[in-house]
Amino acid sequence: MAGVAVSTVINGDSVEYLCQPDETLLDVLRDRLGLTGAKEGCGTGDCGACSVIIDDRLVCSCLVLGAEAEGRRIETVEGMAHGDQLHPLQQKFLEHAALQCGICTPGFLIAAKDLLAKNPDPTEEEIRFGLAGNLCRCTGYDKIVRAVQDAAGVMKGASR
Amino acid sequence: MNFDPRYSGRSFTSVGTRPIRPDGVDKVTGRARYGADFNMAGQLVGRILRSPHAHAKIRKIDTSKAEKLPGVKAVITAKDLPDLTDGDAAMYDILDNCMARTKALYDGHAVAAVAAVDARTARQALKLIEVDYEILPHVTDVDEAMKHSAPLINDTIFTEGLEEKPVKPSNVTKRTQYGHGDVHEGFGHADFVVERSFKTEQTHQGYIEPHACVASVSSDGTADLWVCTQGHFVYRQHCAQLLGMEASKLRVTSSEIGGGFGGKTHVWAEPVALALSRKAGRPVKLVMTRDEVFRASGPTSATSIDVKIGARKDGTITAAEATLRYSCGPYAGMWAEIGAMTAFACYKLENVKTVGYEVLVNRPKTAAYRAPSAPMAAFAVESAVDELAKEIGMDPVEFRIRNAAQEGTRSSYGPVYGPIGIGPTLEAVKNHPHMKAPLGKNQGRGMACGFWFNFGGQTCTDLNIGMDGSVSLAVGTVDVGGSRASLSLVAAEELGIDYSQVKAIVADTSSLGYNDMTDGSRGTFSSSMATISAARNAIKILRERAAQMWDISVDDVAWEQGHAVAKGEKHGNLGKLSLKEIAAQSGKTGGPIAGHSELVADGAGVSFATHICDIEVDPETGSTRVLRYTVVQDAGKAVHPTYVEGQYQGGAAQGIGWALNEEYIYGKDGRLQNPGFLDYRIPVCSDLPMIDTQILEIPNPNHPYGVRGVGETSIVPPLAAIANAVSNAAGVRMTHIPMSPPRILAAIEAEREG
Repeated sequence: MAGVAVSTVINGDSVEYLCQPDETLLDVLRDRLGLTGAKEGCGTGDCGACSVIIDDRLVCSCLVLGAEAEGRRIETVEGMAHGDQLHPLQQKFLEHAALQCGICTPGFLIAAKDLLAKNPDPTEEEIRFGLAGNLCRCTGYDKIVRAVQDAAGVMKGASR
Repeated sequence: MNFDPRYSGRSFTSVGTRPIRPDGVDKVTGRARYGADFNMAGQLVGRILRSPHAHAKIRKIDTSKAEKLPGVKAVITAKDLPDLTDGDAAMYDILDNCMARTKALYDGHAVAAVAAVDARTARQALKLIEVDYEILPHVTDVDEAMKHSAPLINDTIFTEGLEEKPVKPSNVTKRTQYGHGDVHEGFGHADFVVERSFKTEQTHQGYIEPHACVASVSSDGTADLWVCTQGHFVYRQHCAQLLGMEASKLRVTSSEIGGGFGGKTHVWAEPVALALSRKAGRPVKLVMTRDEVFRASGPTSATSIDVKIGARKDGTITAAEATLRYSCGPYAGMWAEIGAMTAFACYKLENVKTVGYEVLVNRPKTAAYRAPSAPMAAFAVESAVDELAKEIGMDPVEFRIRNAAQEGTRSSYGPVYGPIGIGPTLEAVKNHPHMKAPLGKNQGRGMACGFWFNFGGQTCTDLNIGMDGSVSLAVGTVDVGGSRASLSLVAAEELGIDYSQVKAIVADTSSLGYNDMTDGSRGTFSSSMATISAARNAIKILRERAAQMWDISVDDVAWEQGHAVAKGEKHGNLGKLSLKEIAAQSGKTGGPIAGHSELVADGAGVSFATHICDIEVDPETGSTRVLRYTVVQDAGKAVHPTYVEGQYQGGAAQGIGWALNEEYIYGKDGRLQNPGFLDYRIPVCSDLPMIDTQILEIPNPNHPYGVRGVGETSIVPPLAAIANAVSNAAGVRMTHIPMSPPRILAAIEAEREG
């Protein structure tokens, strides 16, 4: 089958690739571009481990075709830190031990980044519903919610 | 060198602090490599064909069309995994589970596999494999499977453990019994007796990372396996035995692991990937889909349990009895036995008897799931205990305190307890503010206790000191939730250096001696023991080198706070030498400095927890909401308290899912109807409140720092605590887990209709 040529922007860099028409964006990121931060936990959009942001919209990359990325802007966990400077969410996840096994962490970080971009001062309930599309089996979510609350405080302070 | 593992009561500098874990940055930047994140040049994609039938004879498998498909490099069936188990029944079961030999025993059982150049070709090839099945009658329910009329899953099984050897085969593989005293006499002394039957449905560990591996077998007979596992040394042993290899020729590297909870202690697809690679002559990557994870890996047992407990008016339990039936999938297990051992372990009982039955069903092979078998037994027992307290008119906490096991109590499963934490957790719960939080309409509070043995086992650790004074710690227990941080803290503590000077890694099977897997809450317990031992061995060498540098007797050199110190008046002007200074000279004083340790970590301290839970029940719909949740558990010594809290919270959350929602649902056709996260719904963030934790530290006398395992006990009490809360909120005793809305509604309606 002939590949589809795609030009897109990933984490600020222009990227071009060929993919099959039925290939998911997740498979393109992982298998063609070596960006393995997004994980496949289910392949059906139920677990959020493959979350990425496309043009300011949070999506499960397992439910998006690679061909659909044409002309879009994609953010993945690999683009969150600036050089060796971690994003406040990354730093707070570490400080609060908001990860145990860490497989869901890239998805949570992306989902939390999207949440705080839209609602910089969320209540606990807003965080819980904002992250309800991401499954974590290790933590019981307690420390994840606290890390996001703490990061929101830091980010608000920084943007003042 | 002899190692003294006894608790020393020392004070701590590093242990008990909460630094950032060494593998943390890689995990928040997406750099950490899990099972599916690894690739090799020229690798093929492996896929497995699975039986759609719950029970079927495999008459014939025709792979010829699949083999002819361009891009297919290998197709295998059971013929490519010949039986090399040499009469080892347990290994034969593992082999048969990896690839069905004569019968498919459950929906999802592997029957063939392919390796192809890409995933699409592999999927196409699976469709071209023709399997001729003869469908057999099946049974998936544990009680149904015990009936004489049930279809036989394995006609070579005759129940073990019966007084008379049975003449007919059965789905019950084994009967076990535990206890002491005379329960018949004990019930005679009881003023109140509660007797009830309970059921729990099958749940899956639900790790977010599906099983994944890359296998590469070379033509010289050596092989590499990259895999997400809780125990790469055990995987090596099993894979080598099944493939007829020498263990040392198979190097297994454990990837970062995306959750296991017991489900990654068993080989599933790894021998298949190795067999594919051997046949194709190329590396093969094999990653399960979520559907495969549910249908063919994990789950825990479904159970059916009868409990009878009697007590005097003053609240003293006079006798306790339970019969426990646990599903094992189609292969023999010891799940009911563990349930029978743990059921009454929290209590001091004069007369106790438990009987376990291991039951074969046409479901996936039962795997360990966090304190395997204990949560279901605790659900039944702690529900009955609550009911009994109510009948006597005693507060449920006071009733449990009165009957709690203590140091010196003979446990219901045999051994006599040392210092234990059941009493202290109950006292802490009694005084916890949670117990005084107001409850509204349709809200109920429940509490329950839980026990887990914990495990030690074979452990091996290398501690190497670099010439710059930094320390590499190589351990063989897979890090499932932050153990590299806790073990680095232990190394820093013992050597008297800063945490940042230590870097811990999980070594592959060719770089370190054998280690049992990370199960039984043993990771930090056993590897910290080996780390302390290795550090003490290194300190001995450091002292020798310092003595050499000073030209004095090693007997005059002590090790204090990371420094060699010369003792005695005659050495008063020698000052001290830091670890770094000694390491810098190591090339001139005898070469590299290291400490090694190989030991069996005996004396894992038993662990107890008590949980409190508040639930609101909607009487119109039967739906529930968790309002508050508190975990109180004995850690012995919390090495990294934040990750200990994490274990408490995570176990509670899994227990909440199990209690309220999660279950395997089988159709009449014996097929699993909900093999996905949409229909098998684990708790999401908006389902849960904050989970409060209280760490108690009752030192384990058999560990230098007092450490006990902490990982598993937290999943034992939730089923019962939540059932007690729901029962109190709804005004009806709940006896079937999960307490999904339809079940709660049915119970409320049945109660109304009387």
